[in-house]
Amino acid sequence: MANSTAERLSRDEFFYGHKACAGCGGALAVRAALKELGQNAVSVLPAGCMSAVGFNFPQLCFSNNSIISTFAGTASMLTGIEAGLRARGYSDFTAVGFAGDGGTADIGIQALSGAIDRNDNIIYICYDNEAYMNTGIQKSGLTPFGARTTTTPAGANIHGNLRPKKNMFEIAAAHDIPYAATASIGYLPDFIRKVGKAAQIRGTKYIHVIAPCPTGWGIAPDETVEIAKEVVDCGLWYLAEYENGEFTLNHRPKDFSSVEAYLKRQGRFKHLDLSDIKTVIEARDRKWAFIEKNFSYS
Amino acid sequence: MKPYIREKKTFTAAEIPEATAFEAGYLVSVNSGWRSIRPVIDTGRCVGCEQCYLYCPDGVISVQNGKAVIDYDFCKGCGICAKIFRLGAIRTEAEHK
Amino acid sequence: MSKRFLSGNEAFAEGIRLARPDVISAYPITPQTIVVERLSEMVEDGSLKSDFIHVESEHSALSCAIGASAAGARAFTATSSQGLLYMAECLYYASGGRFPIVMMNADRSTALPWNIYGDQRDSLSQLDSGWIQVYAENAQEALDLALMSWRIAEDGRVSTPVMVNLDGFVLTHTYETVEIPEQTQADSFLPRYVTENRVDFDNPKNLAFSAGPDTNYIFKYKAHQGMLAAKAVVTETESAFADIFGRQYSGLLENYRTEDADYILVTLGSIAGLCRETADRLREQGIRAGVVRIRYMRPFPNEEIAAALRNAKAFGVLEKDISFGNEGTVFTNVNSALQKAGVRIPGYDFIGGLGGRNISAGDIEQIYTDIQNGTQSVNFIGIGGDGNGKQHS
Repeated sequence: MANSTAERLSRDEFFYGHKACAGCGGALAVRAALKELGQNAVSVLPAGCMSAVGFNFPQLCFSNNSIISTFAGTASMLTGIEAGLRARGYSDFTAVGFAGDGGTADIGIQALSGAIDRNDNIIYICYDNEAYMNTGIQKSGLTPFGARTTTTPAGANIHGNLRPKKNMFEIAAAHDIPYAATASIGYLPDFIRKVGKAAQIRGTKYIHVIAPCPTGWGIAPDETVEIAKEVVDCGLWYLAEYENGEFTLNHRPKDFSSVEAYLKRQGRFKHLDLSDIKTVIEARDRKWAFIEKNFSYS
Repeated sequence: MKPYIREKKTFTAAEIPEATAFEAGYLVSVNSGWRSIRPVIDTGRCVGCEQCYLYCPDGVISVQNGKAVIDYDFCKGCGICAKIFRLGAIRTEAEHK
Repeated sequence: MSKRFLSGNEAFAEGIRLARPDVISAYPITPQTIVVERLSEMVEDGSLKSDFIHVESEHSALSCAIGASAAGARAFTATSSQGLLYMAECLYYASGGRFPIVMMNADRSTALPWNIYGDQRDSLSQLDSGWIQVYAENAQEALDLALMSWRIAEDGRVSTPVMVNLDGFVLTHTYETVEIPEQTQADSFLPRYVTENRVDFDNPKNLAFSAGPDTNYIFKYKAHQGMLAAKAVVTETESAFADIFGRQYSGLLENYRTEDADYILVTLGSIAGLCRETADRLREQGIRAGVVRIRYMRPFPNEEIAAALRNAKAFGVLEKDISFGNEGTVFTNVNSALQKAGVRIPGYDFIGGLGGRNISAGDIEQIYTDIQNGTQSVNFIGIGGDGNGKQHS
């Protein structure tokens, strides 16, 4: 029984033996992307979950060339590595960064913007688990509305995080980047296809992949992939691409699954009341109205 | 190719590299102790679809001779494989410690 | 060899062109800008085959240089003042990772209050960042250090980044006649960078990793040893430099008439020339004055300073720095050197030139007088007992 996605990937494992939590969505995103890119990928990981779990001398869990960058410096280090290798005469490699939501949308956004502005030939992958998980679940710029984190506690007065996620996909696109995409590890073949496509495009590529964190989201370790699918199915996330100045929607759920069911199965949203959920649904509907108006559907 | 367990696990001061640069994929410890549940492949039911291989966050499942095989040294027992494959070829049981 | 009339910044850029860095990543800041402008022009006219990367901040400038160095390339950046402080995290990263990057720092005051002129509070605040720190006195030395610094940084015994400091405006923007070596000479002096501390597609590496309490201190110890090894490498490098270019430098510090001096002023950077002239004048008056110009603040010339001051009656340190609540950092370092060597002579700290304030020949004469007569431990030039400014003409 052939699995066309498995068939296209390298049989090598490039991220193995790491100490990520059981069921880690970020680890799956990194593993899948590296299997698509192959052994000449040079990965850059900032301070954060994936570097913390993968690089503790002498337990070094990447079989490809990999390096930790400063927290703010994923994109700038990618730029340097790409330029340095090119200067030394190499052309057959992919400089790829894996930064979390905080490392991308907060502390790393300046360097990312600079790299896109220069159109450096790199792939930047944001594995979005929607909070600073490595330091113990603090709010980031990509924490969704209503989520309980350790710095946005849910109580009688404030129901968790008050602000919606930054829209990093459209922020990247606004730079007129050659390629940007959203993805979810719940739709792994779509993510892998996008990584493969990015590797064929010159210039800066940005891929934003939802990668749930069982620990931070308050779900069981075996639910990671399921919930990453559900967030797309209920319309709170979407699979899309930006290329040649155009937005394309890759997947349109026939009917959205229940937002409430999606939220209520996660510990971080347990406290939300009907009014909060209504707010989430209204925001989703506004977003989809925008998508229907501005994205073509493939 | 994948990271693998090495014989040499500790380093004297002289053996520690000058710079923060070392052989890629150098492992000195396993993760098997993390498991509270253990996924078990029913080879009779396994159809070699590779969904479990694809979705394993730890990459511990390979397909050999058309059947899934788990590297229990590094499986953390998250159970994603059992959920992904809906025909019941992977069941989970309590880990015996 | 050709001669040109160049500013310190321009001379340094000429040295960088001769060193052929693969990657230059820099962000503009006064008074460093002329360096990056000249290097950009050299890339444009094809005389410098470097990838000039227009980063969006100093943090990215050094982060990018680290990435390039980790790729095995030769990487250069330049900054000043607030920019140096903004990239501070990356300073430690570069030295801890043993990436032999060279950076020029145009020494400039640090805000607040805002000020674009020269003092050395920016670089001296980063003495602990693990970089070799050298201070040039003139444009020729700046150019020569641009070349020598690479050879020192990339030496396998050292593998440590080098910060070459030029006093803002006083040196960066002052013109003098400079000898520019031929490229063939430079190439024979400075071989291509070869390292194992890099991305390697044949034998992949994991780089810039974590190390826990069991091994972390070993990495730190080795970085310390690498820095200490630079002492001998500086001497070797200067000797090789003299063989090829005919200019001999004096190692970690430069002594001027110290052998029989009773009163010695220790300083660093471009003010040293005025100190030497003053010492000469005092000698004519029968006062045995000498000058020690510290060239390298890291590695610190402990033994050399103790040897230079051992037979003096008293010494002073003139520095463009103050560590609030204590004293100038150079003074702290010099005192430590003397204490370790058992040299017990009176010493006084003179803080001057902050925010670009002029240090006059009269100020320096007064300093020598104060050293002879004794004064308070820490003295702000131009501030009398009532706190009012005064300048000796």
